[in-house]
Amino acid sequence: MVELTLPRNSKINPGKTWPKPEGATNLREYRIYRWSPDDDQNPRLDTYYVDLDDCGPMVLDGLLWIKNKIDPTLTLRRSCREGICGSCAMNIDGTNTLACTKGMEEISGAVRVYPLPHMPVVKDLVPDLTVPYAQLTSIEPWLQTVSPEPAKEWLQSHEDRQKLDGLYECILCFCCQTSCPSYWWNGEKYLGPAVLLQAYRWIIDSRDEATGERLDNLEDPFRLYRCHTIMNCTQACPKGLNPAKAIAEIKKMMVERRV
Amino acid sequence: MSKSPGMRTALGRVRGLGSAREGTDHFWRQRLTAVANVPLILFFVGLVVSLNGASYAEVRETLANPLVALLTILILASALYHMKLGMQSIIEDYIHGEGLKIVLVMLNIFFPIVIGAVSLFALLKIAFGV
Repeated sequence: MVELTLPRNSKINPGKTWPKPEGATNLREYRIYRWSPDDDQNPRLDTYYVDLDDCGPMVLDGLLWIKNKIDPTLTLRRSCREGICGSCAMNIDGTNTLACTKGMEEISGAVRVYPLPHMPVVKDLVPDLTVPYAQLTSIEPWLQTVSPEPAKEWLQSHEDRQKLDGLYECILCFCCQTSCPSYWWNGEKYLGPAVLLQAYRWIIDSRDEATGERLDNLEDPFRLYRCHTIMNCTQACPKGLNPAKAIAEIKKMMVERRV
Repeated sequence: MSKSPGMRTALGRVRGLGSAREGTDHFWRQRLTAVANVPLILFFVGLVVSLNGASYAEVRETLANPLVALLTILILASALYHMKLGMQSIIEDYIHGEGLKIVLVMLNIFFPIVIGAVSLFALLKIAFGV
């Protein structure tokens, strides 16, 4: 059943306010979700102050500044710090986005940071993404062919290659996936926007010969048709992609092959 | 789920019982009835407005008109079917207990059939003047 309130052990308590850095005049307030599996405490919201004169402009810079200078126990994922690896996806200022490409300047007031919504939390800002990764595996995101392998590469016209634009750029950060209410309610049965965009990327690839089987596997009231064009996915995508459109294209193909 | 999720792998859980190979009919018919509803509901609203303040006898006479009666039957069919499809989606979205879901899905099929049968019976009675 739909959960409109958090379970009792997930309710967020007021947390600790960490001391302001000494001598700093240009401060920015951060309120960060903290939860550790190592004690029996509920999650809490800790308040930190970042010295902007000593810190880069992005939210990730602020988080790392806190981790380095104030509280080394603050736990988060990050790798490339330039919007290409998708590791630092989190809920910032109420929207799922990448901490490394979100400027502090874009946010008014305190910078509020939570893990991606409706996922189990491993620790602090690190969500457990096992299910979405399994869902990605389930759509078999690789080229599938029956024809004998050509001596060189599989050929594709420029026109057909262009059909992959707006799809191949997806970095699998799951900002869209975890912004989707339908995915919150039916997360294990509905594949979600990120995985459906990946599915479409292979359905529309002119070199792939398993289009029909791919459509067969998606044709399900839950796997595909839980999408109700809510559009949170497209609004959230930090890469400016349009998962809602990719899903609509899949639905169009479903109708096309039977009407 | 028919198997307990306990020690199953994430991929096993996600693949679950496999694809139902359906859902497109539901999607297509929802759009189809939506398109049909545009002129039909416009006609129905017009009918209700034009009958505003009319006497019982006048309303009976209007509904007995073959064209009005036929269009009203079409409205009942299209709107009730559309309603059933929409409510089914809502049940699938929000109700996760398999037992309760089956009961609600059944009631959701019975309800428009009963409403439709009662309305149709009343309408035909008026139309044929018995």
